[in-house]
Amino acid sequence: MTMAAPIAELVRDYKANARIVIVGASLAGLRAAETLRAEGFTGSLTIIGDEPYEPYDRPPLSKQVLKGWVPADHTELPRLRHVDADWRLGVAATGLDRDTKHVRLANGDQVPYDRVLIATGTRARQWPNPTEAALEGVFALRTRDHAARLQQALAARPSRVLVIGAGFVGSEVASVCRELDLPVTVAERGPAPLVGPLGGVIGEIAAEMQRDHGVDLRCGVGVSSLEGDASGHVRRAQLSDDTTIEADMVLAALGSIRNVEWLEGSGLAAGIWGVGCDAGGRAFDINGVVTDSVFVAGDVARAPHVLYEYEFLAMEHWDNAVLGAEVTAHNMVNLEPHYYPHLLLPGFWSGQFGVNIKSVGVPPFGDEIAFVQGSVKDRRFAAAYGHRGRIVAAVTFNQGKWLPHYAGLIERSAPFPPPPSGWDQPDDLKPIPAEFPEHGVPTAIPDVVLTGHDPSERRAEFRPRRR
Amino acid sequence: MSEETPWQQVLRHENRANPYPFYAELRKTPVARQPNGTYVVSTYREVVSLLHDNRVSSDPTKRPGTAPGADPAEPGTETITAADLEPSIIDSDPPEHDRNRSTMLRHFYGPPQSPHQISDLDPEIRRIVAGLLDNMKGKTRIDVVDDFAYPLPVTVICKVLGVPLEDEPRFHAWIRDALESFDLGPEPTSEEIQREVADGHRAVQEFGEYITELLDQYAEQPGPGMLSAMVHDDGPEGRMSQGTLVTNAVLLLFAGHETTVNLIAHSVLTLLRHPEALEKLRRRPELIVPGVEELLRFESSVQFWHTRSALDDIEIAGTTIPKGAPIFLLYGAANRDPQRFTDPDEVDLERPDNQHLGYSQGIHFCFGAPLARLEVQAAVGEFVRRVRNPRLVEDPPPYRRNQIFRGPRQVPVDIDGITD
Repeated sequence: MTMAAPIAELVRDYKANARIVIVGASLAGLRAAETLRAEGFTGSLTIIGDEPYEPYDRPPLSKQVLKGWVPADHTELPRLRHVDADWRLGVAATGLDRDTKHVRLANGDQVPYDRVLIATGTRARQWPNPTEAALEGVFALRTRDHAARLQQALAARPSRVLVIGAGFVGSEVASVCRELDLPVTVAERGPAPLVGPLGGVIGEIAAEMQRDHGVDLRCGVGVSSLEGDASGHVRRAQLSDDTTIEADMVLAALGSIRNVEWLEGSGLAAGIWGVGCDAGGRAFDINGVVTDSVFVAGDVARAPHVLYEYEFLAMEHWDNAVLGAEVTAHNMVNLEPHYYPHLLLPGFWSGQFGVNIKSVGVPPFGDEIAFVQGSVKDRRFAAAYGHRGRIVAAVTFNQGKWLPHYAGLIERSAPFPPPPSGWDQPDDLKPIPAEFPEHGVPTAIPDVVLTGHDPSERRAEFRPRRR
Repeated sequence: MSEETPWQQVLRHENRANPYPFYAELRKTPVARQPNGTYVVSTYREVVSLLHDNRVSSDPTKRPGTAPGADPAEPGTETITAADLEPSIIDSDPPEHDRNRSTMLRHFYGPPQSPHQISDLDPEIRRIVAGLLDNMKGKTRIDVVDDFAYPLPVTVICKVLGVPLEDEPRFHAWIRDALESFDLGPEPTSEEIQREVADGHRAVQEFGEYITELLDQYAEQPGPGMLSAMVHDDGPEGRMSQGTLVTNAVLLLFAGHETTVNLIAHSVLTLLRHPEALEKLRRRPELIVPGVEELLRFESSVQFWHTRSALDDIEIAGTTIPKGAPIFLLYGAANRDPQRFTDPDEVDLERPDNQHLGYSQGIHFCFGAPLARLEVQAAVGEFVRRVRNPRLVEDPPPYRRNQIFRGPRQVPVDIDGITD
């Protein structure tokens, strides 16, 4: 299709002279910058990051870095091309003024933009009691600095590590502890590890894996408080079942919080759920109307996904950051009808207890699960998730090379359970409930209210609860 | 006699040097049923889809009527490793496949046992390449196959496996005889060919006996290399049976260099046929990494694989491959599929998104890919840098009979000299 000449001229001029600001200097920010240049954007490019470091890779932080194989400062992301950007590192963005088109920075600077990309990602949820969180020996894990500190603490051989939360980060760290032959207790509120992302059936297998490797796994309990000694070092934890764990090192692996606070007052559809955007990465304003100059990518983006009944999904996955950034960056320097949609089939991987866990699709969208290949006993299997008779996700334990097969089935909305494998079938192929937790009601949702009557006045209004 | 199908023409020895026009013809029917009931798959999308399909078996014994030796009308339907030996990983399905592959992989480049095994070989590989090029000093004509492409991978694989290099002439002859006897083509089964088949059988037999002896020695007295490690492995999957060990050791020794020889020979041949690509690589040596991937796409060392079959009716590209049918997946044709690769018959050392099938995909993805990459990058990179004014003497050069491991017998090249 040829573009009408004036439009083509507009795009050319824009690519040559526009100012683009990327807020967030991690995987999505870097890949977006590279894609902009690959798309022929030669205008000015500013990349803002609150950490003082060049973009680095996070998956190794909870694995190779903690084991001491790779130093935390050796995880820089490879550069795919020269991005020729003005890097503003070590300074956080504090506001977005869409009227004057400026990003405000913590140091008082204002960076003007024609188009801006929000790629601020997430941060680790801290232990909620600030006094206890400040005890020496209490850690979180999200950044390079976190990983470096945690690695040092593990190398000093604590007498026992307490991991609070058995999601991916908590489970991976527990696995590293066992590899380092450190005693470790894992306290998980849910019935088993990984229940949120993979459901209770897989969670039970993950629990066995942990116990087989000598993890003291406590499920269905919370940690009520952490206690320190006179010198302010953590010594023990009180659990909700009135037991006490003696531990001189604690990792709070409590999941993540999306970095959206800086967008307060911007009039965007931003909240604890992320920044709402269309499948092309164009941000919605608070009224649900798509914007022209604000784009979103990576962990903080929340977009409708065609395969999942157009549900708005935020995907904290590595490949979502990469593909989302590439698609969004393309759209930032193009116009309709040349937009790309971000139609990723999400996927993630995790290495723990000698098992490579991989998944494709959106497992929590499924309500049933069927083991389709391999052997659960050997921890070498594939399982499919189904929703209303079609396959919506799959997970593999040490069978990662089969993921493209299941991805193909999911993309084609193939029936669930899928056609059986020609060999290596498990004893029981029958679907069973996948046992995902009920979708709970999130707390502390910022209020959005409607005001006005006339179409020209009718507006949503953002009223954040006082924290 | 009715007219031959494009596939039958591909199999003819006279078309070995250039099967690509027939592949183009084949791709018009992505899944083409042959008169003998074999389904030949030639388009990228369909090949990839079947490589990942868990209803496709790689175990030839699961194919009715074509188990080893069962069909005298088709000489050479056994693989080199299948005759009188247990199935190797390439001829087996999960769970046996997974178990044996992961046991072997641990000693090849799998962490935590041997994560640096392959990368640590780099200096030695470069030393061997340099020595081979030094040996060409003073010559005006070289054979790229015998003088260059063959000695490097064979030396390296012997070291990796722990096979005495001085035995090379013996297993070289066995491999040659086995490969020569393995011909899927329509050429008449003359007396000569039947003799070759018999020779091939004997060669495989002797090769297996040789490896068995070597493994027995390692069982008594552990030594360096992967074979000894495999003999003494007590990993999570348990020890491999002696029979499985022998076949897989044969596979590693054979496939561990034969395909690399062809890749180096074809790479040089291709670059000499495409002087602009050669010149570009000379100017920008850093292009060797994507360049080798492109050369792999352009002339895949393994043109197709032949032991797969359907374990269920499989509907694909508007065709149903019936349960039990043999399936040949044509990497060589898929890699030139214009639906997947822009201008597939051009050599583009910087080709974007070059997801070629030169190493296959799925669970049988080439075990030796990391080693092959290292060897070919070193060999081709240094050849381009050091050989002055290389000119093909004969185009096309003579080709070997084997269709699967397709490669030139010799590539005579005139040169002006060798720079340091």
